[in-house]
Amino acid sequence: MLNEFAFLLCAALTLAGAVAAMTLRNLVHCALCAAGAFAGLAALYLQLDAQFVGFAQFLVYVGAIAILIVFTVLLTRGAEIRPGESTASPAPWMGLLVGVLVLACLIGSIVASPGLFRVPSQTARASVQQIGEQLMNQYVLPLETIGLLLTAALLGAVVIALREPPDK
Amino acid sequence: MESMIKFLWLIPASPLLAAGVCALLARRQRRLSAGLAIGAISISFVVSCAAFLTTLHGGRAIRNFRWFDYGTTSVQLGFVLDPLGAIMAVMVTGISLLIFIYSLGYMAKDENFTRFFCFLALFAAAMLGLILANSLLLFFICWELVGLASYLLIGFWFQKPSAAAAAKKAFIVTRIGDLGFLVGMLFLYASKGTLLFYDGGSGCLEGGFVASTLICLLIFCGAVGKSGQLPLHVWLPDAMEGPTPVSALIHAATMVAAGVFLIARVYPLMTPESLQVVTWVGALTAVFAASIAVAQNDIKRILAYSTVSQLGYMMMGLGVGGVSVGMFHLLTHAGFKALLFLGAGSVIHGCHKEQNIANMGGLRKRMPVTFATYAVGMMALCGVPLFSGFWSKDAILDAAHDWRISQVPFYFGLFGAFLTAFYMTRQMCAIFFGKPATGGAEHAHESPFVMTFPLMILAGVAAVAGFFGTPIWPWFQTYLSGRKAGFDWPIVLLSTALVIAAIVLSGWIYSRASRENDPLETAQPALFALLRRKFFVDELYDATIVRLTAAFAMFADWLDRVVLGGLVRAMCWLTLALGRLDRNVDESVVNGGFDVGTETVRGSGKWVSRWQNGQVQRYLRMIGLAFCGLLLLLLWGSR
Amino acid sequence: MTTPLAHYLILAALLFSIGLAGALTRRNAILVLLGIELMLNAANLNFIAFWRFGPHPEKLTGLMFVLFSIAIGAAEAAIGLALVIAIYRHRRTAQLDRLDSLKG
Repeated sequence: MLNEFAFLLCAALTLAGAVAAMTLRNLVHCALCAAGAFAGLAALYLQLDAQFVGFAQFLVYVGAIAILIVFTVLLTRGAEIRPGESTASPAPWMGLLVGVLVLACLIGSIVASPGLFRVPSQTARASVQQIGEQLMNQYVLPLETIGLLLTAALLGAVVIALREPPDK
Repeated sequence: MESMIKFLWLIPASPLLAAGVCALLARRQRRLSAGLAIGAISISFVVSCAAFLTTLHGGRAIRNFRWFDYGTTSVQLGFVLDPLGAIMAVMVTGISLLIFIYSLGYMAKDENFTRFFCFLALFAAAMLGLILANSLLLFFICWELVGLASYLLIGFWFQKPSAAAAAKKAFIVTRIGDLGFLVGMLFLYASKGTLLFYDGGSGCLEGGFVASTLICLLIFCGAVGKSGQLPLHVWLPDAMEGPTPVSALIHAATMVAAGVFLIARVYPLMTPESLQVVTWVGALTAVFAASIAVAQNDIKRILAYSTVSQLGYMMMGLGVGGVSVGMFHLLTHAGFKALLFLGAGSVIHGCHKEQNIANMGGLRKRMPVTFATYAVGMMALCGVPLFSGFWSKDAILDAAHDWRISQVPFYFGLFGAFLTAFYMTRQMCAIFFGKPATGGAEHAHESPFVMTFPLMILAGVAAVAGFFGTPIWPWFQTYLSGRKAGFDWPIVLLSTALVIAAIVLSGWIYSRASRENDPLETAQPALFALLRRKFFVDELYDATIVRLTAAFAMFADWLDRVVLGGLVRAMCWLTLALGRLDRNVDESVVNGGFDVGTETVRGSGKWVSRWQNGQVQRYLRMIGLAFCGLLLLLLWGSR
Repeated sequence: MTTPLAHYLILAALLFSIGLAGALTRRNAILVLLGIELMLNAANLNFIAFWRFGPHPEKLTGLMFVLFSIAIGAAEAAIGLALVIAIYRHRRTAQLDRLDSLKG
């Protein structure tokens, strides 16, 4: 009961934040609402006994990515609201239609499988020690690759966004 | 005789070799060419005499060889050595040798001396091959070669249009006869399966095989053409356009006798009906030609018609009496006719190329040797007793009298003998007696020894040769098969009386006659004109056959040019049109098709590329739609 | 745990379609990236849900996947935003409908 209520609350928060992020005019508001959506998701993770992931989500998405987006918005003068100008791309109803279509497909596939509506009985425990052991034993290769990827991404981002020196 | 047959090939081969070498010689190498020819023919003469000696006791030696194969059968040729061939070979080589020697003098001033001896040697080789052939096919090959040599020699002075025309006429007319001969040969091959005469029992002339009358008549056609019988006699008088040695050798003694020899050779094959035809043709020819000779004025032409007439006698003899009767006359005729022709050549040479007897006269004193030898030949031809012609002609008359089917040939023969004596005496009077008519005759001189020497030899032969076949010593009749020699006194006396009467009559008429008018002409102008114009046979042929052939030739030309040429042109046009059509199709359809295809691909590519408009969100939209589609597909598939 | 799996999945589907719709309809490039991040997060939620309600939660498979996914999402966001900045500097705009020079 409480579980259900908590779920509904977090779900509402997430969805509201998502909708707001996609529809608001001011880009900074969008970014902040997105952060709210991310936070809601983190709560859901916590509810699903994936505490580590939840905190990781919070740290990375809310703490880093949302802020990054804000920075970018500020750097590209996206914060300026130009009145009269539409925020939608040409033919927005097509995009909405596609979105609805995809939603229908997904919902349809979920509803069509009755086994998903059961309530599970088992408990799940994911201690940090277990995660650490898994990371070091089974997933050591992906771990190292991720490290490499992050390094490359870091360097790449710096290089791409570097202000080019003017020609003399 | 068996050993002799190994050397038989020398007889035709040595003149052939001489002809080949002479063909390669230059015009100025006269002595070499004459020497080669005379040497070659001497070799042939010697070998022939040797062969003759081996056949004295009869018998036959054969040597056959395979020429080529086709399928399972093969075509065979061969040589045969038997009495008939041997005596003919001796005669031909002997007379050829004498005439070759004569030609040394006669053709001395001609610039184509080398070519003349080359052709003479070629002729001798072909004639000897014909005599010794054991296969009708080899016989025919040599027959045609002899015809070729005759054409070359008649047209020797081809710059003269009349000589060229005469050569063509000879070739074409004998060709007509040869066509019949060839067809007969084919029929014979079809019915007997072989063309060999003697083949160890399976040859054409062995085993009592008698061919059908049609085959015999067709083969006789060849003889009619070659031996100048009626109706294919027209070429022989015109053949006198050739040099006199040629006339003597080919158109008196040897080539024209080849027709008679053919019938003698294939005698076992002949049916009695075909022999009847042979007899009638011979008899008619004898009288026909003799009557024409009475009205001729050219010295050689008289002798030519005389030859035709005597060939008729030979055919008659073969028909009524068999091989020995005909061949006897052939051999004696060869002797005295060659003599007469050579004598005529001597006269022409002496009178500086004069040939009309009306322009001669009184040559008796100016050319004594020629006169004496000519007289001997004339008497032999007329059949004056004890000369060779008398014995052989009498044998023929004797056999004709005993012919059961009809006596008409006998009477024809008698009439022909009368006419022969008549025209020969006319000729003699005009040439040798009386006063010279022109300056040419006035200043005539005797011929050189190289020319009179053969005359004398031949005169001896003409006088003596008959003794081989007299009833007292019938060697000839036993040597060759045929009628036994009989001696029917009434006939002998009758024929002798006729001959003497003719000589006397003719001598009486012509020794008084003037040069300008012929007494017969004034007496019977219409008949004389008919005889002078040779019964208009040439004109008849010209109006009918020649005209027909010319019309056919024009038709054939039209056919070729218009119809066939038109057809070819039409095909050409069609091919060109097809080519043009092909090119158009290629350009429009193939190229056009390709162009359209490539344009379509390019256009469609261009249209598709417009989808990529640079709008990233559109791409994302597409991905979304594709995702939906995929999902639906998976859901549908898993159901 | 009384909420069934389906609810989480439906939530994830909603989130995903919202993110997609936003990415397709907004003009600004940054918001498109934001929409993509939302889609990624929806997928992550799916994974965690399936891990929690799946047969072998002790294997931590879903968890691991999501961890890595978060890391990759972060890297991708960084790069993407760096690209947007670079483009902005070049073209003076971050409006996607103006950035169409790669057309065919």
